[in-house]
Amino acid sequence: MKIIVPIKMVPDLVEELEIDESGKRLDTSFLRFTINEADDHAIEEAVILKEKYGGEVTVIAPDIGEVDDVLYAAAAKGVDRLIKIMGDFEELDSHLYASILTEMIKDMQYDLILTGCEAITDLDGQTGIFLATNLSLPYIGLVSKYKKEDGSLCVNKEFPGGVYGEYKVELPAVLGVMAAEKPPRYVPVAKIRAAMKSAQIEEIDAPEIKVETGIEIEKMYVPEVGKGAEMIEGEPEEVAKKIAEALQNKGLL
Amino acid sequence: MKIFVFPEVYQGEVKEISFEILGLAQEIKEKTGGDLHVLLAGKGVKEFVPQFGLADKVLLLDNEKLEGVSPFIYQNILFQVLKDRAPELILFGHTSIGMDLAGFVALKLNFPMVAFCKNVKAENGHLMATSLICGGKILADVKIKDNKGVCLVLPGSYPAEKGKVEGTKEVEELSLSEIEEKIKFERFIIPEVEDIDITKENILVGVGRGIQNQENLEVAEELAQVLGGALAASRPVVDQGWLPLTRVVGRSGKSVKPKLYLSLGISGAPEHVEGMKDAGLIIAINTDPNAPIFQTAHYGVVGDIFDIVPALVEEIKARK
Repeated sequence: MKIIVPIKMVPDLVEELEIDESGKRLDTSFLRFTINEADDHAIEEAVILKEKYGGEVTVIAPDIGEVDDVLYAAAAKGVDRLIKIMGDFEELDSHLYASILTEMIKDMQYDLILTGCEAITDLDGQTGIFLATNLSLPYIGLVSKYKKEDGSLCVNKEFPGGVYGEYKVELPAVLGVMAAEKPPRYVPVAKIRAAMKSAQIEEIDAPEIKVETGIEIEKMYVPEVGKGAEMIEGEPEEVAKKIAEALQNKGLL
Repeated sequence: MKIFVFPEVYQGEVKEISFEILGLAQEIKEKTGGDLHVLLAGKGVKEFVPQFGLADKVLLLDNEKLEGVSPFIYQNILFQVLKDRAPELILFGHTSIGMDLAGFVALKLNFPMVAFCKNVKAENGHLMATSLICGGKILADVKIKDNKGVCLVLPGSYPAEKGKVEGTKEVEELSLSEIEEKIKFERFIIPEVEDIDITKENILVGVGRGIQNQENLEVAEELAQVLGGALAASRPVVDQGWLPLTRVVGRSGKSVKPKLYLSLGISGAPEHVEGMKDAGLIIAINTDPNAPIFQTAHYGVVGDIFDIVPALVEEIKARK
């Protein structure tokens, strides 16, 4: 099975997010970018499927932040081909990214495209379903179990309440990955270093495309912290006392 | 404004999100005028028509083949129905179902789209949305150009009660045209409850990524024990295999309303918050002062769970 995994780079939420002077954008000057979590699961699942059924996995990523590290880590996990899209990606919305990917992927050979079911920055919609629509492929998201059956893939889609829906998807298709069958594997640093020496990152210039999202951000802001919450401060023992008091007052102890 | 709402009906019931977005649609309609259409499609959905009293018109497609909301079929039905009816605003829930449909509809109709919506409104002649992005850490006020758009509305953003009006104004029955089944629904798999049912617990200790590893779960487990409650989790904890899927609170798990929800190391992304925001008392402990969970919690502590929880366990033991 030939699998393509387009991934997104997103701000690392461990960092404090700030808005720039315009009041309309994240201040990216000191931001660390990391792989979108669901995309990490997509890479893992692609490698699992390759291990089970054979084939080849290609990861495509935009040149944002520490993308080289992400790509080499993917190679260390078993990804065969690494493609970095070169361009000025200050503002890479889902519309534009999906259109760039469409141009790149339409002439490639593949049976399956795996993407994360969404990214934390998907203000204008999700890349996976846009890509599927552009390529006229079936799309199903929030998928977490995968099994090959003839020319189809049998998948479980997650619904609220822990309910799964089982679906048979004709290939080629695009899947929005909620989770891989197993948590993304840990890759030792030594293996990543080895991948840095042996693996090649192909750099491809982004096709020149202009796409309108049709939306305009008027204002971006950090929600008021602790709005409504009473913050408890002090040493752990003091905090514990205050919490216990609150519980007692509510008759919860 | 001509508004279309797509309710979620499966496994024999209309899901709450349907009434939330219906209520929201009604509020917009009251401001702008126009009419509200509901597209009710599925197998055996006809009996639910009277639940959509707010709709000026229910477009009904009741067909045997429409079991299990297969995205490929529904995408095509939606496009067929919408393309000739001059919609202006189309509302979906930001849910497992909505996310499989909205993007397709938006691209096909060449409509802008806004995801993660906390709010959608018509203001001074403009269609505006407020979106909660970056795991709940950033809000964005967005103007939708040309006042035509598709919005994915986060569950729990709008009270369902407003959408629950009984009655029937007008029903138009639609027929299903031949559509290829590129994605075929097979069956629903209902989880076997061999594990505890977190929706039935009065006290839940929710653990998130901040718990760091499986061994540390003991710390939270002990707290749950002295409180007489059970452990629940946010999604990443389950993805790591530290707790079973039955313990997940939020979009891909359960909605819980315990008397107490003690949140440990959970950042509070919208997909988690939608499942626990209605708990009687919410106390959150997190090292990140900007964690969105502090917007939902009644009490918040910025600190290390490994310092505070053991102290809390001792304190509770002493008081019992």
